[in-house]
Amino acid sequence: MVDITPADGIPPAEVAEVELYHPHGWWTKYVFSQDAKVIAVQYSATATAIGLVALVLSWLMRLQLGFPGTFDFITPEAYYQFITMHGMIMVIYLLTALFLGGFGNYLIPLMVGARDMVFPYVNMLSYWIYLLAVLVLVSSFFAPGGPTGAGWTLYPPQAIMSGTPGGQDWGIILMLSSLILFIIGFTMGGLNYVVTVLQGRTRGMTMMRLPLTVWGIFTATVMALLAFPALFVASVMMLLDRVLGTSFFMPAISEMGEQLQHNGGSPILFQHLFWFFGHPEVYIVALPAFGIVSDLISTHARKNIFGYRMMVWAIVGIGALSFVVWAHHMYVSGMHPYFGFFFATTTLIIAIPTAIKVYNWVLTLWRGDIHLTIPMLFALAFIVTFVNGGLTGLFLGNVVVDVPLSDTMFVVAHFHMVMGVAPILVVFGAIYHWYPKVTGRMLDETLGRFHFWVTFLGAYLIFFPMHYLGLMGVPRRYAELTDMTIMTESAHHLNSFISIMAFIVGFAQMVFLFNLIWSIRHGREAGGNPWRATTLEWQTPQTPPAHGNFGKDLPIVYRWAYDYSVPGAKEDFIPQNMPGSFGPSREPA
Amino acid sequence: MSVILVFLLVIAGFAGWWLSHQRLMAKPWLEQGLASDFVGLDRSALPTAKIGLGVFLAVVGCLFALFTSAYFMRMAVSDWQPLPLPRLLWLNTGVLVLSSVALHCTSVAARRGQIDTVRLGLATAGLTTLAFLVGQLMAWRQLTADGYFLASNPANSFFYLITGMHGLHVLGGLVALGRTTTSAWAGTRPERLRLGVELCAMYWHFLLFVWLAIFALLAGWAATFIDICRQMLT
Amino acid sequence: MAVALVLVLIVVGSVLFHLLSPWWWTPIASNWAYIDNTIIITFWITGVVFAAVVLFMAYCVFRFRHREGNRAAYEPENKRLESWLTIVTAVGVTALLVPGLFVWSRFVNVPSDATEVEVVGQQWQWSFRLPGRDGKLGTSDTRDVTADNPLGVIPKDPNGQDDVVVEAADLHLPVGKPVKMLLRSIDVLHDFYVPEFRAKMDMIPGSVTYFWFTPTRTGTFQVLCAELCGQGHPMMHGVVMVDTQQDYMAWLGQQQTFAQLSAPKQTGSADETTGQTAALGPEIAARLETVGSR
Repeated sequence: MVDITPADGIPPAEVAEVELYHPHGWWTKYVFSQDAKVIAVQYSATATAIGLVALVLSWLMRLQLGFPGTFDFITPEAYYQFITMHGMIMVIYLLTALFLGGFGNYLIPLMVGARDMVFPYVNMLSYWIYLLAVLVLVSSFFAPGGPTGAGWTLYPPQAIMSGTPGGQDWGIILMLSSLILFIIGFTMGGLNYVVTVLQGRTRGMTMMRLPLTVWGIFTATVMALLAFPALFVASVMMLLDRVLGTSFFMPAISEMGEQLQHNGGSPILFQHLFWFFGHPEVYIVALPAFGIVSDLISTHARKNIFGYRMMVWAIVGIGALSFVVWAHHMYVSGMHPYFGFFFATTTLIIAIPTAIKVYNWVLTLWRGDIHLTIPMLFALAFIVTFVNGGLTGLFLGNVVVDVPLSDTMFVVAHFHMVMGVAPILVVFGAIYHWYPKVTGRMLDETLGRFHFWVTFLGAYLIFFPMHYLGLMGVPRRYAELTDMTIMTESAHHLNSFISIMAFIVGFAQMVFLFNLIWSIRHGREAGGNPWRATTLEWQTPQTPPAHGNFGKDLPIVYRWAYDYSVPGAKEDFIPQNMPGSFGPSREPA
Repeated sequence: MSVILVFLLVIAGFAGWWLSHQRLMAKPWLEQGLASDFVGLDRSALPTAKIGLGVFLAVVGCLFALFTSAYFMRMAVSDWQPLPLPRLLWLNTGVLVLSSVALHCTSVAARRGQIDTVRLGLATAGLTTLAFLVGQLMAWRQLTADGYFLASNPANSFFYLITGMHGLHVLGGLVALGRTTTSAWAGTRPERLRLGVELCAMYWHFLLFVWLAIFALLAGWAATFIDICRQMLT
Repeated sequence: MAVALVLVLIVVGSVLFHLLSPWWWTPIASNWAYIDNTIIITFWITGVVFAAVVLFMAYCVFRFRHREGNRAAYEPENKRLESWLTIVTAVGVTALLVPGLFVWSRFVNVPSDATEVEVVGQQWQWSFRLPGRDGKLGTSDTRDVTADNPLGVIPKDPNGQDDVVVEAADLHLPVGKPVKMLLRSIDVLHDFYVPEFRAKMDMIPGSVTYFWFTPTRTGTFQVLCAELCGQGHPMMHGVVMVDTQQDYMAWLGQQQTFAQLSAPKQTGSADETTGQTAALGPEIAARLETVGSR
């Protein structure tokens, strides 16, 4: 048995400066707030707002693909602007900002037992710069020539040439500026998330006692801090190419019979830089989702997460490996073909830790006590879509299989399933799970179940059949699928079906938004710990937590985050801050 | 991309070293209570601000490593014509070394509580840093006057881009230095001032290191060095 | 209960969709049946894993759903089970990777008897160049691109004089002969993609990329551009006709060489063809403009 030191013998960590965190007026409390919880809500609200724009853009795209020629206002030019902005917003301004800026800000301080982030002022700046980046992005819709239509990968040379919408107008300039701002803002926030996990942990909260949510967000932030500079470098250099006529990425070009001034630049260099950021970015979105879903499954199956240590090692391993797989996005880019051997091998190796995570999730369900709450439903749906999307990744990662499939709808279906649908299902699950902590009220159950079923089944019906279009050879990024010998009549029907499903799923999100707003006032009172969970955010004295999170004394942690259904304990969960020793087989540490 | 991979390997080394002290092999479900041997795992004894700055410097280092990687990859194309570095850069290097030394002395003085030396040191560091920036601008002007424009050759583009990026970071540092200097005159608590000075010194040493590295890169020594290494390996 | 049922239905539905749906790859027309076989292997392995995981989940949800008085088992980890699962996964991944890498090494190593064909992409049309009698393609440079020399063949290079230039028209290939496609672009990225050939590769301005294949049946195949290249991207179609040797020679006999094309005076018929086809790119641009102004 472990020695249990009485709680009053230990001074709680750092309570002296609690007054520092108290805001003084309305502005500093709700607008220019330095409280991570307020910043989290600001981040989430902004990300959701811009995400709605991206949702509408996806509808417009699907109108064109599902019913070609019916909607005159969707010109090829407009179509490319829609796909570009849809992709960019979803990947960076929605998912990255929501997982790290939203969930990271809210959950890290609460889960590690800190009063706030370690640099609250910088944290506040981070949000405002993010907002500025979003506004610059939005402004490109109103600029002459409209937003850029270069595809979210922004490949030069076409991204800054006149054959691409926004290439010789303001679109691309505003896009690159917005990315640069986003990266600066993110770095400020990211420093906070990392250092708070390093230095803000309360007494007894060792790294191996952290909930996997924190591990996921922490690792993802470290990766983001190291990966985003690559996008920064690429953006700055492309901006110089576009504005000042340098030739970093621009080779000699004869455009429509006219010789451009550039010379010697390397488009492949841009692709290397872009994907050096772009591949870790996939895991920057996925790792927080991995972490959160682990906690959702464990809490709602009333069972400890199976193989916690393996889960931590897998997160760290995936994080490290994801920096040496970037060129699997470039198998057919014309880089040296021998790179294919190396990158195919590393890419398929990364499947192993990922598979372990999946096994451990389903093994957590085994012999559990599964409460089919809405967060649990979303977690189950995540596993289905993630396994599906992850397995199609084995097609695309295996270099020679990628040759026919790259740049087809198969790729579109794959990455939507694995980094679109799957993480967003986790976002929904997480919102249903933590909403009671943020607002003190539960989201409406009936609306929630409706939202779940339509979103999950609808999204699966959108993206599963889409793989087969890619298998036929239908290329992605085609504004018109007419005049093509491979497009059969039935394939057009399939496209119409996918479009209709996209509208249905999109409208289900409106129900969700309504639920979010309606429940703030009319939801059922939740109480402090409605899910009977162990982690620290559920043990706050007030709900929603007040400034400083934990009242006078910070909690002291006595156990790991997953003491569910411990034999010998009366309840089926033991909060992390509850002293005492339980269980049959506990050995001394 | 080899430069950035080597840089990340170093970062991974640090991360691995730190992780190896976090008892990753422990079975946390068996360890209840607050056994005294966990206390050491709580957090580092270093001030939080220093750790924050350390993480930030890793990000900045990553940025410059990526510029260097891009430099080497672009250099391989045949249209690359190295530009003659202005002599002035040597002087600028000296000035930047001076400001770094000044800040080092300042942090020693701050530890001893010699407030006058601290003020003197901060002022010297600020002035020499300004002189460095002015010197860099003059080097730019000299190059443009000689016809080495930004867009005329990729070597020129990289020169302006990398020195400019470094200059911006120095400028950012000056803001922090300015704040520390004001607080030195305003009479802040000594331990707070000491932390501020130490943070500035850390940042300056790092930027000096980055400058020396990119100076070697732009002058072509880095490429020569790599060639020699490659020859020794084969 | 309903949840478990839906999970089972997802597996059954997905498998049935895979087996019964009319959407499948086009009949192959090249030697890269290896790639198709690798895809089939991948489908089998991933399909089994998908079904196993989701069905196991369905069973768990059904068997261990919450009922009054239930309590979850306490099992933090099971080292043996985890090691076994890791090993099995590693074996599965190797089974996918190894055949893939073997086929890839075939893909990147061009057989020595392959004839070279150059494809040049530009916004938004395809042109082709075949080596003349000397069997060598002349060197080229984007800087030499003019209205009379649309592919940028360096006029001084003697190897280039007898090259056959097919500007913005159909490419013909003889059946059963390996070809090495040399890919070049004079403006932005493009990607030469014929779904029936399975192989594709990006074309990068400023460098020459390649892939190789052997056409295995005659027929007419559509060329698509598979790398976003501006607003005319979806209309950048071309045609490759795989002919018998005789038909191919007949076609080749009608083509113009670079020297003929760049000679000051040309025959009327050649003028006609080039005049027609050169207009194709601008035609797409014009079409885009009318669409845009609508």
